[in-house]
Amino acid sequence: MEKKEAPPKWMEVLVPLVSVASALLIAGFFLALQGIPPLELYSKMLAGSFASYHGISYTIVKTIPLLLCGAGLVLAFKANIWNIGAEGQLLMGAVAATWVALYAMPSAPSYLVIPAMFAFGFIAGALWGLVPGYLKSKLAVNEIITTLMMNYIAIKLVEYLIYGPWRGEEEWGFPITDKFPEAAWLPRIPGTSVHIPTLILALLSAALVYLLLYKTKVGYEARVYGSNPEAARYAGISSEKVILLVMAISGGLAGLAGVGEVAGIHRRLRYPWSISCGYGFAAIIVAFLARLNPLAAIISAIFLGGLFVGGDAVQMAFGLPVGVVNMFNGLMLLCLVSGEFALKYRVRVK
Amino acid sequence: MKLLSLRSVLEKPMVIEEISLSEMQVELGEPLVQMRGIVKIFPGVVANDNVDFDLYAGEVHALLGENGAGKTTLMNILFGLYSPDEGEIYVAGKKVEIRSPRDAIRYGIGMVHQHFKLIPTLTVAENIALSLANAPAINPSKHLVEEIERYSKRYGLEVDPSAYVWQLSVGERQRVEILKALMGGARALILDEPTTVLTPDERDELFKTLRRMADEGCGIVLITHKLEEALSVCDRITVMRNGRVVATVRPNEVVAADLAKMMVGRDVLLNYEKPPSEIGEVVLRVEGLRVLGDRGLVSVDGVSFDIRSGEVFGIAGVAGNGQSELVEAIVGLRKVESGRVEILGRDVTNQPTSRVLGLGVAYIPEHRIERGIAPDLSVVENLILKSYRNPPFSGRLAMNTDYVREWGKRLVEEYEVVTPSIDAPVKLLSGGNIQRVIIAREFSQEPKLIIASHPTYGLDVAATEYVRKKLLEQRRRGAAILLVSEDLEELLALSDRIAVMYRGRFVGVLEADEITLDRIRVMMAGEEEAS
Repeated sequence: MEKKEAPPKWMEVLVPLVSVASALLIAGFFLALQGIPPLELYSKMLAGSFASYHGISYTIVKTIPLLLCGAGLVLAFKANIWNIGAEGQLLMGAVAATWVALYAMPSAPSYLVIPAMFAFGFIAGALWGLVPGYLKSKLAVNEIITTLMMNYIAIKLVEYLIYGPWRGEEEWGFPITDKFPEAAWLPRIPGTSVHIPTLILALLSAALVYLLLYKTKVGYEARVYGSNPEAARYAGISSEKVILLVMAISGGLAGLAGVGEVAGIHRRLRYPWSISCGYGFAAIIVAFLARLNPLAAIISAIFLGGLFVGGDAVQMAFGLPVGVVNMFNGLMLLCLVSGEFALKYRVRVK
Repeated sequence: MKLLSLRSVLEKPMVIEEISLSEMQVELGEPLVQMRGIVKIFPGVVANDNVDFDLYAGEVHALLGENGAGKTTLMNILFGLYSPDEGEIYVAGKKVEIRSPRDAIRYGIGMVHQHFKLIPTLTVAENIALSLANAPAINPSKHLVEEIERYSKRYGLEVDPSAYVWQLSVGERQRVEILKALMGGARALILDEPTTVLTPDERDELFKTLRRMADEGCGIVLITHKLEEALSVCDRITVMRNGRVVATVRPNEVVAADLAKMMVGRDVLLNYEKPPSEIGEVVLRVEGLRVLGDRGLVSVDGVSFDIRSGEVFGIAGVAGNGQSELVEAIVGLRKVESGRVEILGRDVTNQPTSRVLGLGVAYIPEHRIERGIAPDLSVVENLILKSYRNPPFSGRLAMNTDYVREWGKRLVEEYEVVTPSIDAPVKLLSGGNIQRVIIAREFSQEPKLIIASHPTYGLDVAATEYVRKKLLEQRRRGAAILLVSEDLEELLALSDRIAVMYRGRFVGVLEADEITLDRIRVMMAGEEEAS
């Protein structure tokens, strides 16, 4: 085993593809063990997510939060900051949007309440990201642990709100909030659940993260810090500034995703798992599948969105548990990490 | 390529014999290791082209050549880090396959790399325990302390087993690496450029150690590009150039100039012209500086000096006597406990690094890979590391990409950086070219003050010559230069004044007409001049 020189460009495209293919292969093996024909299942998944108008629209619905969170994570991972807390940051965005819609400005018109929801959602996600960011920059606390733990705090906070002070008055005691006033409903593409403002924001976020990373001073600083913090220090780059900024943007983008989910889909705050179904975690795969290229994250987010939808479709058709999609996600991450290794090293059998 | 490796699988000897040099009887003067017809090809480069190499028991064998000549590659193959594309290796006369460093160590081959392979967050004892296959399973480092101390004493490799590696100086880290190899049972020991970090006295000690080891039956490979080392301590010298062996000679058969010619294929300029320069205003003033080291002990203890423009102020001393801490304190990377640092009349004591650098300070760091570059970023992005925040490189927010690329291209040409393109990640460049990138970056800003820490450490003849010439060019331009080095020849060749540092203080400052090698040597041992 030895280190390779620069991997050729085509390898960088090939590796994610091969990783996905290997994951399919391994997953197929387990499915076959269960007596389920993998090819038939995969074609059903594909059909479910990309073959119909309904499927495609549903895939886009899932793509939106994945892309928003994924773009933020690309930024964080480029700076070598391990934000595993997009899930919690998303939920905090949802909480902020709910507060705006139900409590802060319940009777405001759309053109005020919708921007306000996004603004506060971004701020809430950013603040949730800034807590681990502050701890890392001031006290050198490992952000993997803190961002991960902050997820559970956010989940518990949402549960507290829907069981406690925010439980809806018109909902017969169910642990959900009241429906948002109509002014706070995000406009959708007719006949689908695709919430337009968030879709635009998601696409913009990928472009903005690209511009930020490669065309601005702070993006350059973040990449230097990500490649070698000691060199950053030597160049007089403030690590605090990089960490706080990256965590704020990364968390803020996840917060926007949360706004989209509650204002665009559910139109209320409800169980954490119903709001997100793990977008914040799946976004880690979005970022790595894109090899930390923000524009490629658009494609990988669509792919993962399709996987979620296809997974839902086959669950019903084959009577499979939810775990199948999770298994596949896990396999894919493993294959990606192995693929990264193949990019950087050459193994010779002698 | 695939076919080749498949064939070698088929041809693999079925029984792996247990061969270990540490247990086998190899008489003095008999070969410990033989390499035959070694070929190693990297994309675009033939690193080793049909190389033969022998190492006998009881000899110190110099492997001489410039950086990129293929000497480190050859030894990395022997140590199992690379596998050769062609060729055979024999250990004690038996053909072997060395597939990994673990194999090499089992065969009794040890290596001390130029860039040390130590884990900074572990202690010396823990690092050594990690490398030993037979270390006790429970609390190994504790059991090893005594043995480490025994080896330390025996070979004069002084080091504190309970110290953390990140607290150690470069010189101390090297001692740990040598101990690691010795305690791992190495009988054939490869040292990659071991003396670049050592003072003359330390170097003499090391050579004594090597000689003693050789007399006891070890074989030592000394990878070096220093002619006088090869001539003074080695029994045989193998010279490599462009991946091939030029010749293997005995030191009494040749003179330095012959070797130099073999190495570079042309005559080398070994002396530097240092015309008198115009000494101007005080650029750096350090007053009564006190700084703590990583271990919380006083590392710099009341140091004062001035450097004027057009002047090279050299600091000599054994590694770990406070030079690194002094430099870090000046540029704002380390807290100043008391005292003052002034640059161009402005107080910069404990100011952020960005402010210090903003005053026109260039800094060539000691650990150039660890501190001087962002390895994943491109050559051009590394070239702007110091200047990116100012116009015309960037505006208020955005980088001025077109300008940056133009400028990067020009710099790569001007400083003769060998790189596939300006967009290649800088980590793919050789050590000499990485240093060129750093120097191009630092000098292109017309700095008022240059702080150069070990600027030629580990560089080959041509690159060293280049760096020194560039430093003198800057001196002529009127920069004030603080040069920290352990290479006395370098200090002598470049400095206008030399301070000798010992245990955090200046033992003395020699003016140009007082500088001699012997005086510095004496002072480096901490003895003040009886003048």
